Amino acid sequence: MTTPMTTKERLAIDRVRMPELAAAIRSTNFEEVNRGLGHDGALREAQRCIQCKNRQCVAGCPVGVSIPEFIGLLAENDLAGAARILQRDNALPAVCGRVCPQETQCEAKCVRGIKGEAVAIGYLERFVADWAMANAAQLGAETPPPPTGKRVAVVGCGPAGLTAAGELARAGHNVVIFEALHDTGGVLRYGIPEFRLPKEIIDVEVGRLRALGVTIECNVIIGKTLTLAQLRREFDAVFIANGAGLPTMLNIPGENLKGVYSANEYLTRVNLMGAGRQADASTPIIRGRNVAVIGGGNTAMDCVRTARRLGAERAMIVYRRSEAEMPARIEEIKHAKEEGVEFLMLTAPVAILSKGDGWAASLRCQRMELGEPDASGRRKPVPVEGAQYDIPADVVVNAVGTGANPLLTATAPDLALNKWGNIVADGSGLTNLEGVFAGGDIVRGGATVILAMGDGKLAAAAMSGFLA
Amino acid sequence: MFEVVSNDVLAPALHRMVVRAPRVAASRKPGQFVIVRSAPGEERIPLTIGDADNAAGTITLFIQAIGASTRTIVAIPAGGFLRDVAGPLGLPTHIEQWGRVACIGGGVGTAVLYPLAKALAEAGNDVTTIIGGRSEAYIILKDELSAFSREVLVTTEDGSVGRKGFVTAELSDLMADPATSPRAVFAIGPVPMMRAVAELTRPRGITTIVSLNPIMIDGTGMCGGCRVLVGGEPRFACVDGPEFDGHQVDFENLFDRLSTYRSHEAADCKLNRQVQP
Repeated sequence: MTTPMTTKERLAIDRVRMPELAAAIRSTNFEEVNRGLGHDGALREAQRCIQCKNRQCVAGCPVGVSIPEFIGLLAENDLAGAARILQRDNALPAVCGRVCPQETQCEAKCVRGIKGEAVAIGYLERFVADWAMANAAQLGAETPPPPTGKRVAVVGCGPAGLTAAGELARAGHNVVIFEALHDTGGVLRYGIPEFRLPKEIIDVEVGRLRALGVTIECNVIIGKTLTLAQLRREFDAVFIANGAGLPTMLNIPGENLKGVYSANEYLTRVNLMGAGRQADASTPIIRGRNVAVIGGGNTAMDCVRTARRLGAERAMIVYRRSEAEMPARIEEIKHAKEEGVEFLMLTAPVAILSKGDGWAASLRCQRMELGEPDASGRRKPVPVEGAQYDIPADVVVNAVGTGANPLLTATAPDLALNKWGNIVADGSGLTNLEGVFAGGDIVRGGATVILAMGDGKLAAAAMSGFLA
Repeated sequence: MFEVVSNDVLAPALHRMVVRAPRVAASRKPGQFVIVRSAPGEERIPLTIGDADNAAGTITLFIQAIGASTRTIVAIPAGGFLRDVAGPLGLPTHIEQWGRVACIGGGVGTAVLYPLAKALAEAGNDVTTIIGGRSEAYIILKDELSAFSREVLVTTEDGSVGRKGFVTAELSDLMADPATSPRAVFAIGPVPMMRAVAELTRPRGITTIVSLNPIMIDGTGMCGGCRVLVGGEPRFACVDGPEFDGHQVDFENLFDRLSTYRSHEAADCKLNRQVQP
């Protein structure tokens, strides 16, 4: 750019569209749906940013990415410069560029959204992060700072743990992550499907952390293999981010029939173990003809879209409120609909029925209507009397949510918990125990990747303060 | 990577494998299990820890090769490696001073029973052990169990060794005499055996603990695939078990759920594809 663009010129540019794999093709495979912007499209989108002074977008980002700065460099075609800013501010930019709900965070605050469409910050983040992955050599390795001599244990290799580990390593601490499963990434690997977040991206981001000196030990379950007390003896500080891993049961008849899965089991089989997806996977999965997924969040969308890819003729979302109340991202709902997913709204599951062979065969549903707003501010669904009906369902997936996993906390009696079993932590992640911090879903009780990452970033800063 | 220190055949398709896993060896207690994955792409398989040697940093696993994944595990020779061993998982056996107890093992369940029976004996209980199998070749660990049992009673279905019939016949005899009737029974083996034992002790109200083996993935409470109905409530065998009150367990549902992936046409995996022409 020889002469900077005027604001008027910037305002004249329309928001870019994300290229997508056609619905008819993608609903039969696990390839990534969003293909990513091309170079020209990304630069042009970056030019839409008017570089406002008060930087509302940054305030909307849980990890505080310097958004106008990286977009400004991108607009000038300085991709390496943009990448360095992103990698400095965000441990997992290629992940966030794909799975963050930008429409309720940075983009919701974008000034351009007031009269028109917000800058596509998420698409740009992804573009720069993907460029950085493909051009790692050009960026050069990060040089870790001089070691502080402090040792920090991180429990859980999901988004909160990875973010904290990156921040702590960049502060010069010696970081060891303990992961219960056999592979890295936590929910990024076992929960989020390949078609939203290809697994190589996790491998590359984790590889960057390892290059910074972070050690990752898989197959170690804190609370079982080692206890929190042992970690406190061996390390100078501990960050607990072991996630929300305990499915909430529906507590309806038929829940123990064959063909009934929790979302965690369904997704873990396919995503972590490769069932139905990888030719060499030994782990089985039941491919239903009629799959009913209960719930209206992103996890429910991931399950129902997975069911479609596993060959379900009817893949259905069963949700007791209406579409307006659905917590899932608009993009996920749109993609699911394009892929032929049916949305049964104002429908509550009453029982899972069998034909007497032990297998799920149908879902008995109760028609609901919306009443007065409840504690969440959403209109409360109430049953319509006498309106029950059955829908065929040979696979039923329960995606109504998860609770706090008790494995670590059961063996740490001194650690303060709330009534739901979540760890109590202050704004910086500090628990009631000295040097023990916590963040992510084990504190929040089921939220998003980016909020967990925000917790990891805040806690890491507080931990560095504690260790100083 | 976890080194296989030794791997020997105890009975047809039943292997005893000693694996180097120092952290598990140091923290395990009787009744707990590990999740083993032999290689990338393989299933996660729950296996009870039969014994451990903290000084050597090893654990002993007893593995019945009944499916493709367990066959892959037992095929790894001494000096080879298991890709993943995670644990110890599950709650340890609740050990208390019962006085006279009966420990009952069926098939590979006898191997799972061994650490539990040993712990009960070490806690001062008077242990009578009953072990059953299809035939003599399937009767395992008799000498090891004899080391701390008052008596080891053997039953086989074909009568090739011990009494012909099932373990319940010996238990019934023990219960018939007030001098030998146990105050608590621990039964580990095939689901029909555990169910039969629980039905036998139920009318007399004898505490009966069973160890359940449902299908599992993570083993940490995350997936809920191992849920069993205990007293009508869903419980996760991996975090709430694997041992439960046998009088409260819905064995029929457990048995049914165990068959989920058994040659079901809709179950798609390498196992099924391999057997299809």
